[in-house]
Amino acid sequence: MGDKLGVKEYRLALRENKLQGLKCKACGFVTAPPRLACRHCGATDSEIVQLSGKGKIATFTSIFIPPESHRGQTPYLVVVVELAEGPWIMGNIQGADPNKATLDLIGKSVHMDNNLIPDDKKPPEDISPMFVLDS
Amino acid sequence: MRKVAVVGVGQTVFSGAQSRSNTELFSEAAMEALNEANLKNKDVQALLVGTVLTDFEECQQIANTYISENLGLPHVPTNTYDGACASSSVAIIDAFIWIASGMYDIVLVGGMEKVASMGTHLATQTYTMYADRYYDYPSGITFPGMFAMLANLYAKKYNIPIEILKEQMALISVKAHKFGALNPKAHLQRELTVEKVFRSPMVCQPLNVYDCCPFSDGGAAIVMTSEDIARKLTDKPVFITGFGQASAGTFVSQQEYLPHFITRQISSAKAYKMAGIKPLDIDVCELHDSFSISEILAVEGLGFFDYGTGGAASARGETIHGGKVVINPSGGLKAKGHPVGATGAAQVYEIFRQLRGESGATQVDNARIGLTDAMGASGNINCNIVLERGW
Ligand SMILES: [Zn+2]
Repeated sequence: MGDKLGVKEYRLALRENKLQGLKCKACGFVTAPPRLACRHCGATDSEIVQLSGKGKIATFTSIFIPPESHRGQTPYLVVVVELAEGPWIMGNIQGADPNKATLDLIGKSVHMDNNLIPDDKKPPEDISPMFVLDS
Repeated sequence: MRKVAVVGVGQTVFSGAQSRSNTELFSEAAMEALNEANLKNKDVQALLVGTVLTDFEECQQIANTYISENLGLPHVPTNTYDGACASSSVAIIDAFIWIASGMYDIVLVGGMEKVASMGTHLATQTYTMYADRYYDYPSGITFPGMFAMLANLYAKKYNIPIEILKEQMALISVKAHKFGALNPKAHLQRELTVEKVFRSPMVCQPLNVYDCCPFSDGGAAIVMTSEDIARKLTDKPVFITGFGQASAGTFVSQQEYLPHFITRQISSAKAYKMAGIKPLDIDVCELHDSFSISEILAVEGLGFFDYGTGGAASARGETIHGGKVVINPSGGLKAKGHPVGATGAAQVYEIFRQLRGESGATQVDNARIGLTDAMGASGNINCNIVLERGW
């Protein structure tokens, strides 16, 4: 079954700067974040794989009016990254100015580095992939 | 399968924060609908209510049962539907199936919400709960943020400079407010200018405040029944001739279709097929314009315009009277307002009035076929309903 990579395991890995996904044994598609069924073909037999954390920015926005959880942090960037292994994933980005973000960001190469989030800023549970522009 | 008709509609004035309860808002709309249908409370056999946030709005659960009591419905079955912004559309589709099956003859269906009464802060937080709690929410994404990302993706994919897209989006808000100013039940009954859109505060790049629909309080309800009963009640029944509904999870799971939604593609194709029509047979459409970019995505997704051309088509007047198809003559979510649970039923309210020729200043000449399009959250749910004159 594909639920061996649950919310808890996935988040613990993210805290250690590891991005995990599930590779479908039927079609080879990588689903991340994890789902019981393959996002591509619906099969439920999969194995946990380590992802590179590398990819390209698919789209982005700068948030100026935040939810409760992010009060006092605006503006900040949210990005969707197309991972090298295929799936799109939501996260944040460091090294780009949220006040000056333009469409030029789309297509830029990034890699995940959750070690950039200081330990005291890592929330006990909620954690999101943090990407950095490749230099 | 029996044919199913709408024989009465009701809607409160949509507004900012106000003192009446969710039960009172729904009941006002329901009484208007029942009176128009020449029916009494004792005639109702089931009550289906679309609503999503009564707990946060007024510390109330199972409001549908209190509505049933308040209206004096005779201990009928009643269900609540949570389909986010498409909640009452989901309820209407279910009512269709109940009546078409022959199990029920007369069903009262609608929705209500007191989003504005929560205040901007709590309302923003509750909307954020419609994102994937574990994998999207931690990024600090907001509901408008999802559509802002789609706007940027759209501009990139169709090679439209962001300044041009922003102007096209602003013109859509201007159009919505022009219609809203003519609708006595609209939340925002005042006109808007492109400059005012650009001067309004940034919510999430590239969406300003006036690219976004307001937080609204209000209720809407309709009475649905079988063809034989409808013909006895009125000379002008409006038939639901087609519908479609589809779902998806987190919006990035639709990655190969974005910025458009596979859910809308599936839902609208089913509705068109069932009704035996094509997109351009439609005279008038109430669609999901939660944000200005949403309307561009919708007019393309529903098949009115090619991908990448919806903003330009709107800017040259193709979506107003005299154009290809009249879009959101009620003012849409943007100006009429968006009391979440009420929205899908309010779309049917407007189409019903248009088909009957009762829409006053915004009447579409000889409107015969109408469509509603309701989206729950960011493409998670899509419902389409085709309505046609029954005379
Ligand atoms: Zn597969």
